[in-house]
Amino acid sequence: MANIVIDRIRKSFGSFEALKEVSLTINDGEFVSLLGPSGCGKTTLLRIIAGLETATSGDVRIGEKSVIGLPPKDRGLAMVFQNYAVFPHMTVYENVAFGLRMQKAEDRRVKAQVEKAAGLLHIEQYLDRYPNKLSGGQRQRVAVARALAVEPKVLLMDEPLSNLDALLRLEMRTELKTVLQSAGTTTIYVTHDQTEAMGLSDRIAVMHGGVVEQVGSPVDVYNHPATRFVGGFIGNPPMNFIKVPVANGQVMAGADQLAVPREAGNEIVLGLRGEAVELAPPQQGLEMKVRVAEPMGSHLLLTGSIHDQPVRVILPASETVKSGDTIGLKLDRNRITWLSPESGKSFPAVAA
Amino acid sequence: MTNNRSWIPYLLILPSVAFLGLLFVVPLVQTIWLAMSDNGMPSLANAERMVNDINFARSVRNTFLLTIVVVPVQLCIALVMGTLVAKVGRGRETILWIWTIPLGISDLAAGLVWLSILQNTGYFNSALFGLGIIERQASWLSYQTPVALFLAIAIAEIWRGTAIVMVIIVAGLNQVPKEFREAAEIFGAGPWTRFWRITLPLIRPALQSALILRTVLAFEVFAVVYALGGRNFPVLVGEAYYWQNQNQNYGVAAAYAVLIMIISLAATLVYLKAIKVDPERLP
Repeated sequence: MANIVIDRIRKSFGSFEALKEVSLTINDGEFVSLLGPSGCGKTTLLRIIAGLETATSGDVRIGEKSVIGLPPKDRGLAMVFQNYAVFPHMTVYENVAFGLRMQKAEDRRVKAQVEKAAGLLHIEQYLDRYPNKLSGGQRQRVAVARALAVEPKVLLMDEPLSNLDALLRLEMRTELKTVLQSAGTTTIYVTHDQTEAMGLSDRIAVMHGGVVEQVGSPVDVYNHPATRFVGGFIGNPPMNFIKVPVANGQVMAGADQLAVPREAGNEIVLGLRGEAVELAPPQQGLEMKVRVAEPMGSHLLLTGSIHDQPVRVILPASETVKSGDTIGLKLDRNRITWLSPESGKSFPAVAA
Repeated sequence: MTNNRSWIPYLLILPSVAFLGLLFVVPLVQTIWLAMSDNGMPSLANAERMVNDINFARSVRNTFLLTIVVVPVQLCIALVMGTLVAKVGRGRETILWIWTIPLGISDLAAGLVWLSILQNTGYFNSALFGLGIIERQASWLSYQTPVALFLAIAIAEIWRGTAIVMVIIVAGLNQVPKEFREAAEIFGAGPWTRFWRITLPLIRPALQSALILRTVLAFEVFAVVYALGGRNFPVLVGEAYYWQNQNQNYGVAAAYAVLIMIISLAATLVYLKAIKVDPERLP
């Protein structure tokens, strides 16, 4: 158990800056995801924490102790790799036992730990098999068991589910959450899949272009994105961004007047989650032209435009809207994010 | 359709089968017959003559000795070279290219290169004399200095034949994803443990191929020995050559050839058994 402090880490590959002064604090026992598109620097940051990569500058502290310059094995961590990296020439038992063997643990302890980890991941029946006889999901269980068997202070996971098929990924995600909750290990989880990050994490650090754009709880990041990038990256459909004119510190949304932050100029970007709307009579609500209506069973997905800007909104499945209709929308005031059209950053929320 | 075409695959492999039959199977059968017959009758006279020859035991001993010394040394050097080159980023291709130059030199030429270094008036003696270590020309390649002669031949063979082992090892190392080594490192394995417990087991197929190839070639050693030691250091292929060319006795020469083939096949079998490659335990 330990907290992790990432202090102004920079990393350049030649002239390319993979990480630009990244700072992040992860509390003891917390599950934090590094979320971002490929090339955002999330894996590089994880490898720097692991000690597999050297930072150009900055400090990493695990349990208040700087680990820069320490080899990976002296950092008290374990790691799960994207391609599992389960040793093909060792049985599942020896794979799970590998870390303990390296620590020269006595056989009794090895046996106990391996059995405990194998039990958690439900791989007891495969212990004397070789990994090539196992499916991808089973191999990933072995990789996780191998990491948990050493009871690490910190667990690093690099896209551990991305090599699995969709159904298995969902199943493993739920199971990982159960297993890691009971283990209580400080975990850093790298992923490009926002649903994975939302489902698993205590907090999410959204990364983009070598910078952490926002750190917050899944709900926070979802409802109050700090930047246009975060709002667009998280959520399916992504957040809608509608540029609207400001008059007298207010924006007209149909019959409703919405107060905007004082810093706003003549125009402001209205960040709207697709489901933060209700159907209203056309004259009273914000006018939306519906191009395509897709009944999805659980909800109704509408694609169209507001103020000639593309939007996607979600209505209850019970509403009847057809392609080509013009409808009115009532916006949920508490779930609106206001963003600057120039910087793409969001303004602090206004009191309603 | 498929029935009409079933003969096409056979037609396609026909040229290579004919080629192999003509240039490999026929000479092989002829050689075996030559070795095992006398005046058209089956006989062990050639084998007897070979075994009773004064140089037979020495050539067997020398060939085995050379193989036992040269092959493991070559394997070790190739592993070191392969591991080094894997760590190099820029200039990797250039280094590999330079290291494989000896592969492109014919074995007789290689023998002559080492002869020019090690003969009485060679570069090695000149250098030693220049440094004041020796006072007059020393002889390294005569029958009076068997140890030096053996070492000279071994070194020349190692120089000449290590590159092929390295090429195979490098190919094998390239097949091992770096995550295996990284995972081992994370879980506390030092460089030695990583090499012995992760890398080496994972390149077993490459090791097996390299060892079989190199050992078979080592039993066929001839030109380097011929250039450096002549018959002062008899080896099996050398004896076959002398019986064929000098004694004009094709039967005994054929007996040597068959013996070399049997030894090579046996060595291959030993490797196949000793370094089992289980496809289940590979990446």
